[in-house]
Amino acid sequence: MLKFSYIAVLIFIFFGTVWLEIILKARVYQKLKRLILTIIPVVILMVIWDYYAIINNHWFFDPEKTTGVILIGFLPLEELLFFIIVPIASLLSFEAVRSIKKEKVGDE
Amino acid sequence: MTYIQIGIIYCTLAIILDLYVLRTKVITKKLFWLSYVIVLFFQFITNGILTRFLIVRYNDFALIGGDYSNRVPPMIGDGRLFFAPVEDVFFGFSMILFTISIWLFLGKKNIQKKPFSGPPPKWWPKGHWYGTK
Repeated sequence: MLKFSYIAVLIFIFFGTVWLEIILKARVYQKLKRLILTIIPVVILMVIWDYYAIINNHWFFDPEKTTGVILIGFLPLEELLFFIIVPIASLLSFEAVRSIKKEKVGDE
Repeated sequence: MTYIQIGIIYCTLAIILDLYVLRTKVITKKLFWLSYVIVLFFQFITNGILTRFLIVRYNDFALIGGDYSNRVPPMIGDGRLFFAPVEDVFFGFSMILFTISIWLFLGKKNIQKKPFSGPPPKWWPKGHWYGTK
């Protein structure tokens, strides 16, 4: 079970924010096309950094606390999921705050 | 390049994208900073878990702080902030700013602009479609 440690943190982030979609009507998952078009460039930008950091040994992942699934030769599955789940969590936070504060932010 | 150098480059790129390329200017909005503070709080918790329990480890040659690649890092001090390298704040900030700036840019370009989050705001003209039934 220890090898799902990183995955567990990601699941915590997912369930810690998904309620904002329902309770505060963040409407992020509801706009799926816009969400996907946002996440793709973010994933590309962050994977470039991750690639540089991993091949230069800036950081590494405990093999006992990760699944060991490596994508495209260097990228742990957990890292890819991180670059999808965390941006969605920040969008949910942003839209939830907007739904409460009701302030204009430029796309109205 | 060191971690902080890449962090500064990425944050600069994100700010240029927001202010001059996509022109979303989200860093000039109070709402962005309010939501960023909330996200940063939870970043300290979740990233703290990843680094305190040595799930993600860092080699010190690219860091400001010392070597904790094989032992528990301090909560605060020696280049660490809630167990994680202080550089992670730059990593997180650039990722969040890229995300929200691109999201708002797509909204401005009418890609699933509506319905906005929450019930119709007070300034919304009465009787106008808001995307909800």
